Amino acid sequence: MGLDRLDTRRTDTGVEYVPSSQESWVTTKLDFLVNWGRANSLWPMPFGTACCAIEFMATAASKFDLARFGMERMSFSPRQADVLICAGRVPFKLAPVLRRIWMQMPQPKWCISMGACASSGGMFDNYAVVQGIDTIIPVDVYVPGCPPRPEGLMYGIMMLQQKVMRERMADKSLRHEIEPDPSSQLYIAPPLIDELSEPFGNSIHQTRSGL
Amino acid sequence: MSADFTPVLAGRAAGGNVPAPVTPKNVPYRDGTANPSADALRARFGTTVSRVDVVWGETTVIVDAPRVNEIVRWLHDDPTQRYDYLVDVTAVEYRDLERPIEVVWHLRSLPFRRFIRLKALLQKGQPLEVPSVWDIYKGADWMERECFDMFGIRFVGHPDLRRILMWEQYKEGFPLRKDFPLRGRFSRSEQLRQILSQNPEAKYSMEEISIAEAFEDLPADVRARLGSGEPVGE
Repeated sequence: MGLDRLDTRRTDTGVEYVPSSQESWVTTKLDFLVNWGRANSLWPMPFGTACCAIEFMATAASKFDLARFGMERMSFSPRQADVLICAGRVPFKLAPVLRRIWMQMPQPKWCISMGACASSGGMFDNYAVVQGIDTIIPVDVYVPGCPPRPEGLMYGIMMLQQKVMRERMADKSLRHEIEPDPSSQLYIAPPLIDELSEPFGNSIHQTRSGL
Repeated sequence: MSADFTPVLAGRAAGGNVPAPVTPKNVPYRDGTANPSADALRARFGTTVSRVDVVWGETTVIVDAPRVNEIVRWLHDDPTQRYDYLVDVTAVEYRDLERPIEVVWHLRSLPFRRFIRLKALLQKGQPLEVPSVWDIYKGADWMERECFDMFGIRFVGHPDLRRILMWEQYKEGFPLRKDFPLRGRFSRSEQLRQILSQNPEAKYSMEEISIAEAFEDLPADVRARLGSGEPVGE
């Protein structure tokens, strides 16, 4: 049974999907096989910019041994990678570079945002640092910590593997590439970005300059 | 091009053999022994040197901003000074609105084992301009660009004064100035919009990489490859 014969539906945003009750035994078993293969051979593309990259290297080294998860092959080229692991703070000057790297990665691709800075800007609530890489590229798993211990990163990777195992080929929304708005290059509405990067906690006192 | 390379032996200045440095003890906060170069500067430049401070054993000489290039050149060239190493060029701004912005040069003389700090005061509200020392120390190039990027101080005579840390089209101002808000002047979405519309490759120039100048130094096979029109870079 071909996938095209399935009764696909379309969401409000135009993304096609297949209701799960209409999938056949063949496609679900094929899904399982493909997902099993993908989840256990994720090739990471390390994008290390700060101290999180040191923890990432520790995770990849012999003691914690990322190879146990099928990730022994570090891909330093985005075109041969599956998972972008963004480890560390991303300054604004690096934002178009990170976007370019993400766009160069072929589908299927996932992204792990490792550490507080990559996920939210962390303590760097200033003029130079992107307040969370999810304002530039889509993120699958956020790993908290400053920096996260290797166990934390491995937990995030296992979460990603579970996420991969639950994917369905018939679900077209999974591989749907979000096109940024051509005029602003943003794919999230500007008010939402401003809301997400609102200062909180102690840092609200730092809005004023010395004058 | 440059003269033959002669090694500089620290403390072995012509005519004098400066003892090896020891960790100083009981350094007074003020009124320590000034660097002998401070007196030499006073004798040579007179009222251009407006003040000499000795703080924790380090000598700070406050000089007139327009003559900095001349003073640094003398410190570099004079055989009794030989300040051959420019450690840093930076600036300081104070919260006090009346207090001028200070541009700071850290100079070190390896042959005499001396350290001196020059400061030039720039009044706020006036154009922030000092002479560049790039023609004396080529290493001043990026330091002055950084100082311009962060404080907006123009170094007159610098060959290529543009931003170095922030991207070149950065419109929000000079981040280390006291009137600059910590999060920048624009909203987060506007900051993102501006940076994402940049071409990440646009900031590299062939002049900067200097491939063209290094062509003759390349290995023969690489030269043959580049000469045959194989695309390199942009």
